[in-house]
Amino acid sequence: MAGQIPKPVVDSDSKPYWDGLNNHELMIQHCDDCSKHIFYPRLLCPHCFSDQISWTQASGQGKIYSYTVVHRAFGPFADQAPYVVAIVELAEGVRMMTRITGNREDIAIGKPVTVTFEKVDDDLTLPYFKLV
Amino acid sequence: MKSERIAAIVGVAESDLGLVPGKNVLQLQAQAAKAALDDAGFTKDDVDALFTAGNWAWAPNLMLGEYLGIKPKFTDGTNIGGSSFESHVGHALAGIRAGLFDVALITYGSTQRSNPARGAAVPFAPLTEQYERSFGLPMTVGAYALAAMRHMHQYGTTSEQLAEIAVATRKWAMKNEKAMMREPIEIEDVLKSRMIAEPLHLLDCCLVTDGGGAVVVASARAAARAKKRPVWILGHGETHTHNSIANMPDLTMTGARESGRCAFEMAGVTHDEIDVAEIYDSFTITVLLTLEALGFCKPGEGGAFVSGQRTAPGGAFPMNTNGGGLSYTHPGMYGIFLLIEAARQLRGESGERQVPDAKLALVNGTGGVLSSTSTVILGRD
Repeated sequence: MAGQIPKPVVDSDSKPYWDGLNNHELMIQHCDDCSKHIFYPRLLCPHCFSDQISWTQASGQGKIYSYTVVHRAFGPFADQAPYVVAIVELAEGVRMMTRITGNREDIAIGKPVTVTFEKVDDDLTLPYFKLV
Repeated sequence: MKSERIAAIVGVAESDLGLVPGKNVLQLQAQAAKAALDDAGFTKDDVDALFTAGNWAWAPNLMLGEYLGIKPKFTDGTNIGGSSFESHVGHALAGIRAGLFDVALITYGSTQRSNPARGAAVPFAPLTEQYERSFGLPMTVGAYALAAMRHMHQYGTTSEQLAEIAVATRKWAMKNEKAMMREPIEIEDVLKSRMIAEPLHLLDCCLVTDGGGAVVVASARAAARAKKRPVWILGHGETHTHNSIANMPDLTMTGARESGRCAFEMAGVTHDEIDVAEIYDSFTITVLLTLEALGFCKPGEGGAFVSGQRTAPGGAFPMNTNGGGLSYTHPGMYGIFLLIEAARQLRGESGERQVPDAKLALVNGTGGVLSSTSTVILGRD
């Protein structure tokens, strides 16, 4: 085990997101002009460049867009392998990187998943997903 | 070919490659630069534009220019990962077309094998890294694994098909005395090699080496007094579509669709005119996705395209004829070596691995996590 899990440098883009996770809420952004959801959070909508952005609580439901089982890991993750890192597409249409917990044999692309909140360190809660 | 003769590659060279513990990145680039200028029949004083990419200094062009004693009137430190050098060639073409300079020196060097930073935990994740780094996706292999898994799901691509690429590339490496890995391998060897990040095995992954390279680009006017016959830059295109893999618009389609289209249009040539292809092979899946994105086959048909050792010596589609990043060398940002090999093929200098009568070459660099692509089409008279 070498080093700590990389700590997010919280900034004014991301603070509502990390605050949400600490409260077990998955917060994402919504563009009030083009009505698309946005993840990760930012100052302008990447679809229409509007600055009329608001925060909303995501449903926490999604499906697996892709995944990999990591067998060779480095640094603070070396002792955790094998583990599953995935890209999940939320019901709101945005994608995010995450981990999938549970039986690896059951994991497949397209399967529905739901968010869980994983306290991986004293001051870091991450959104993981599990099969529905 | 409708493209005008504006600028040409007139000199190419590698530095020492492989495990080079005695040299730093500046020495590797100096060694390659001198050899490439010798190859062109030029001297340092001919160089009026300097291009490099790296993360070994806060402003690599400044340190390199000073170290080499070059005060350029045009400088470009574009860094979009492994495809940077294909972009440097494209930017050199544009600068020469605009009449801004005559001779560009493009260099790269890395000591990543001897001085590995891999595994060293960077404890903080700033800016957009904060949404991903804490999940432990090993970089960059994990990102390419996600793309490979999606391609397999969507199109039924198999590990055997990816292994075809590694096996064919090794056959080319066996013909290149500078290649690091020259023992023959079979598809079974790839499939039985250690799993790194599913579905990618160890032998689906590029080497980790030290090394450097240099390319000299000259205007038509300057090329006329070069020692070697010119390798004309006929077409170029570039793009980047995302930074992190979770933000790749479609895990099965790279930006090479756009950069390739631009390069083919500028060159005025068609796919079936290409005699030899040098395709960035950080991983086997990189090649398969790129062939589809460039339009050498349809989306989803890459597995069939590379099957039956079609890219090996003697195959219908000669590709990665130096042995590639998979078997020849891969010092981090590999793109400059694609250009070096393409130029040698078009000059007929590739010896045992020469593609007979090669007139047109396509080079495609890929950087980051399938993030950037830059395509160059080269041709000889």
